[in-house]
Amino acid sequence: MKYILKKASMMVLTLIAVSILVFLAFNLIPGDPATRILGTEATESQLQLLRQEMGLNDPIYVRYLRWIWNFIRGDLGESYSYGSVSALILDKIPITIWLAIMAFFLMFVISIPLGIFTARHEGGVIDKIVVVLDQVIMAIPPFFSGIIITLVFGLTLQLFVPGGFVSYKIDFWGFIGYLVFPAIAIALPKITMCVKLLRGSVIEEISKDYTRTAYSRGNTTRGVLYRHVLKNAMIPVITFMGMALADMVSGSIVIEQVFNIPGIGRMLLSSINNRDYPVVEAIIMGIAILVMVVNLIVDIIYRLVDPRIEAIND
Amino acid sequence: MCGSEKFEVILSVNDLHIEFHDHKQPQTAVEDFDLELSKGEIVGIVGESGSGKSLSALAIAGLLSRHDMYKSGRIMFEGEDLLTCNRRKLRTFQGDEISMIFQEPMTSLHPVKKIGWQTEESLRIHHPEIDKKERRLRAISMLGKVGLHEPERVYDMYPHELSGGMRQRVMIAAAMIGHPKILIADEPTTALDVTVQAQIVDLLKSINKEEGTSIIFISHDLSLVRQICSRVLVMQKGVVVESGSVNDIFTRPKNLYTRKLIASIPRVDLTSEKKDI
Repeated sequence: MKYILKKASMMVLTLIAVSILVFLAFNLIPGDPATRILGTEATESQLQLLRQEMGLNDPIYVRYLRWIWNFIRGDLGESYSYGSVSALILDKIPITIWLAIMAFFLMFVISIPLGIFTARHEGGVIDKIVVVLDQVIMAIPPFFSGIIITLVFGLTLQLFVPGGFVSYKIDFWGFIGYLVFPAIAIALPKITMCVKLLRGSVIEEISKDYTRTAYSRGNTTRGVLYRHVLKNAMIPVITFMGMALADMVSGSIVIEQVFNIPGIGRMLLSSINNRDYPVVEAIIMGIAILVMVVNLIVDIIYRLVDPRIEAIND
Repeated sequence: MCGSEKFEVILSVNDLHIEFHDHKQPQTAVEDFDLELSKGEIVGIVGESGSGKSLSALAIAGLLSRHDMYKSGRIMFEGEDLLTCNRRKLRTFQGDEISMIFQEPMTSLHPVKKIGWQTEESLRIHHPEIDKKERRLRAISMLGKVGLHEPERVYDMYPHELSGGMRQRVMIAAAMIGHPKILIADEPTTALDVTVQAQIVDLLKSINKEEGTSIIFISHDLSLVRQICSRVLVMQKGVVVESGSVNDIFTRPKNLYTRKLIASIPRVDLTSEKKDI
């Protein structure tokens, strides 16, 4: 409990640091929202008026404090071009979250059985094939596998309409259907890394002394693997999966472009182009919060799996 | 314990031969190993590292299953040849009739499972008819028997919370929970300091006396073997060079290597405190 409090206060500090950095970054890069909104034809007095209205003429710390205070109260501000940022994000976020969840699910259900299988049959034909394939697929970035998937499954096999999309509000299962292939593109490199990690981890744990002890008590190989080895072998994999989940959310920014999905990623990119700071800041803060929450969850799972961690930290 | 009485033989190993094939030339690790173990007897196997004593013990415990290894001979236990019988049959003995404890108590226990869970594992595997409550009671009583204080508390602890000597006691409790006929102790005290060594040896002796468990005690330390065993096999480079009762071996060693081993035992009247051979 004390530990979680400590962690939570660290999270708040980190968030403050992130918020300052984000805010500063958008104040340093060139480009003026007022010009963006009114266009280059606008007169200087019109621009001044709008800047005054938007509070852009206030000193930077006043703007920062105003923004962060509103943020804490849950008011994410007004987008320069779309209205309320909260409404905008709430509308888009289910798309990105579903995409990340599906990619994570794919990673989980494919890499864990495959990792265990290849470790059990180390040096066998399937193991050798998987290891080679693993290495090759690992080197393909998601945007490229996304293009290949669109070409093969979309254009050639016609399993989905490239560029097509249905909102989750209209047809939920159709929506999920459109996300399957993007999720595969995001998950592929993570699957390969996870298989490699778990395979290595299981092989290492199997060679340890406690495995021999487990055999000496009459365990079957299956018993040794699932009741003894796996719990230890999963410890590095849990860390990886936590990082992968956060990565999948940011990875979806690129994949949403490739598959033409109107999620948070698309909105982030267009908002950066439009100097729509309130939107960009809110999304980046959201991603930062997500990464920290995932890390906290991983830490808690860690402590449930490995009692030794408590002894080290306390 | 003095070997002259007629005991029922429960384990007999004949012509055990172990060969490694992981290099171009097959390498013989154990040759013509013979051993007869009687009920309630403690037999020692001594020899330096690489003499094949641990390999022989692992073979008896059914723990040698590497593919690059060739084994021949017979290991007869309860009418079955442990070398050729199927894995399923072998498993019914492991942990229930034949138990083993190892040199490294620090790493031989599962690092992230509770002591209780590990202690009662053999019961869970071999006697699923015993319910959880009864299993717990037996584990706690066994943890108490091996000399751990507050066994109820230890039951819920993790290995990293215990010292090396305590962990070895846990290993012994886990090995003894099914009341096996044979306990194989592979250098059980080597990783422990001298006072703890003596305690563990005493514990093994009392287990042997109270439970009637036959023990195969493997060590490189002749003075320990002298304290605990009735019979000794001396191994060198995979071959048993001498065997006989402890008294005979210590008073009338025939083999040169045995003599060297005996001569290397540190004596109290000399200043040397080195224990290694």
